[in-house]
Amino acid sequence: MKGYLGSICSVAKRELAGTVSSPVAFVFVVIFLLLAAFFTFMIGGFFERGQASLLSFFGWHPWLYLFLVPAVGMRMWAEERRSGTIELLLTLPLTTWQAIFGKFAAYLVIIAAALLLTFPVWITVNFLGSPDNGVILAGYLGSLLLGASYLAVSSFTSSLTRNQVVSLILSVVICFFLILCGWPPVLNLLDRVLSPAVVEFVAAFSVMTHFESIQRGVLDIRDLAFFASLILFFLFATHAVLRARRAG
Amino acid sequence: MIKVSNLRKHFGTKAAVDGVSFGLEKGEILGFLGPNGAGKSTTMRIVTGFLPPTAGEVRIGQFDVEDHPVEAKRLIGYLPENAPCYSDMTVRGFLRFCGEARGLQGTALGGAVDRAIATCFLEPVVHQNIDTLSKGYRHRTCLAQAILHDPPVLVLDEPTDGLDPNQKHEVRALIRRMGRDKAIVFSTHILEEVEAVCTRAIIIDRGRIVANGTPEELKQRAPGAGAVVVRVAGARGSVLKAVLERLDGRAGVVVVEETPAVLRVLPNDSAEAHRIAGRIHEISIREKWMLEELRVEDGRLDDVFRSITLPDSAPRQEP
Repeated sequence: MKGYLGSICSVAKRELAGTVSSPVAFVFVVIFLLLAAFFTFMIGGFFERGQASLLSFFGWHPWLYLFLVPAVGMRMWAEERRSGTIELLLTLPLTTWQAIFGKFAAYLVIIAAALLLTFPVWITVNFLGSPDNGVILAGYLGSLLLGASYLAVSSFTSSLTRNQVVSLILSVVICFFLILCGWPPVLNLLDRVLSPAVVEFVAAFSVMTHFESIQRGVLDIRDLAFFASLILFFLFATHAVLRARRAG
Repeated sequence: MIKVSNLRKHFGTKAAVDGVSFGLEKGEILGFLGPNGAGKSTTMRIVTGFLPPTAGEVRIGQFDVEDHPVEAKRLIGYLPENAPCYSDMTVRGFLRFCGEARGLQGTALGGAVDRAIATCFLEPVVHQNIDTLSKGYRHRTCLAQAILHDPPVLVLDEPTDGLDPNQKHEVRALIRRMGRDKAIVFSTHILEEVEAVCTRAIIIDRGRIVANGTPEELKQRAPGAGAVVVRVAGARGSVLKAVLERLDGRAGVVVVEETPAVLRVLPNDSAEAHRIAGRIHEISIREKWMLEELRVEDGRLDDVFRSITLPDSAPRQEP
């Protein structure tokens, strides 16, 4: 088991080193922080709300991640394929799953680092009032799960192509769909033409419904299971694509 | 160490590898020859577990590559075609990653990396990023990765491609040295390399093995291998021809030049060539010929290669 995790760790370490030494990780973190601050304070009306909560902060994350996560994750497999290093990686004594988990973990660390660096927002809200820090913690967890889901989507689209731009566009579209199918304006529209049962079914596939319920501080097992299965589904799809590509 | 049986690989309807079998033990160096697109790289990718075969099996040591991929891959060092490397890493960082992924740790890892760096003459560039390296260095970095963990099996896809003549010489010497206690398969386009390095050579064409033997055995198959060339001053070719045609074991005598007389005596069997040369020498003494040249022509691997493989443009025959 130690060997199993060890191989995942060495893949993750390499991927992280590769991403950190290129400007990708740096740009992601900086842009994420700048945009998060801009939306929270300038557009989200953090101060005007007069509430000691981070709802105006977390509420923007699905939209920030929508472009930033696919942009970071697009090189995950596409770059390996383009440069031919995938042949090195997959002839090392490790399984395809270990490679997939290792890469996934590396990019998740970058998202987690970006989230951790938003701590000034948390300090601010605690300085100004007395928020429920349990809800804020749940908010961070929900945000990380959401980022991880988009990352799994990016992993899948990146495995489909050797062109990073194609991967970016595909994953943005898929992630956009995952947001839209639970967004109230879209649901209201669907409500007019479809039966409530169908609308509920569509909404159940949305990351928004589950993300928002976690934001309220309710850690429902169903929401956690949703994100876990979404992530596993797309990682499984990555595995299937990598296998099929080699089978010829 | 390597056992490949009846390997097949189809891409769509096209058969890239079509029933390839060979075996290899420690201490053997197998040269893999063939025109571009003959299936050399595909075969190597299957042997190293990168591609799954459509049919057939590959065993590395006691492990089947498909059933026990991790155990089998542990025994292999692989240099893929075009020597891909993670270009955003330093040479040392890249080699450390490969070592770690292969389970090396601590001083064992450091020692292995240092050894591979020394073996492949990478000292001047260890701290350089791989994307700043020249092609030769990049190639050797990838080679260092393949030999890092001292594997019993080495699979090298065009190990000397893109190297300058000095580097080629070094890499060949390295392969020969390592070949004493490893099983090595390498592919190449350079036929002299096969003669210089290999204990055995396989020629593959359109996914099938068309020749398999030691380089000497293969050379015997060259058209014109074993011909005895005779050159005699002050004699006429046609006169000599009449004498030489009385030799037994000759298949034909060809006059290459009339004066001075140059003839080629083709033996029935190339193994007879030296006996025939001896006989010609005896005759020349008896007939008081001014013998200027008497030699047995070696077959050239080039000729074998050309005679048994078809050029890329030739129509493919359907299997």
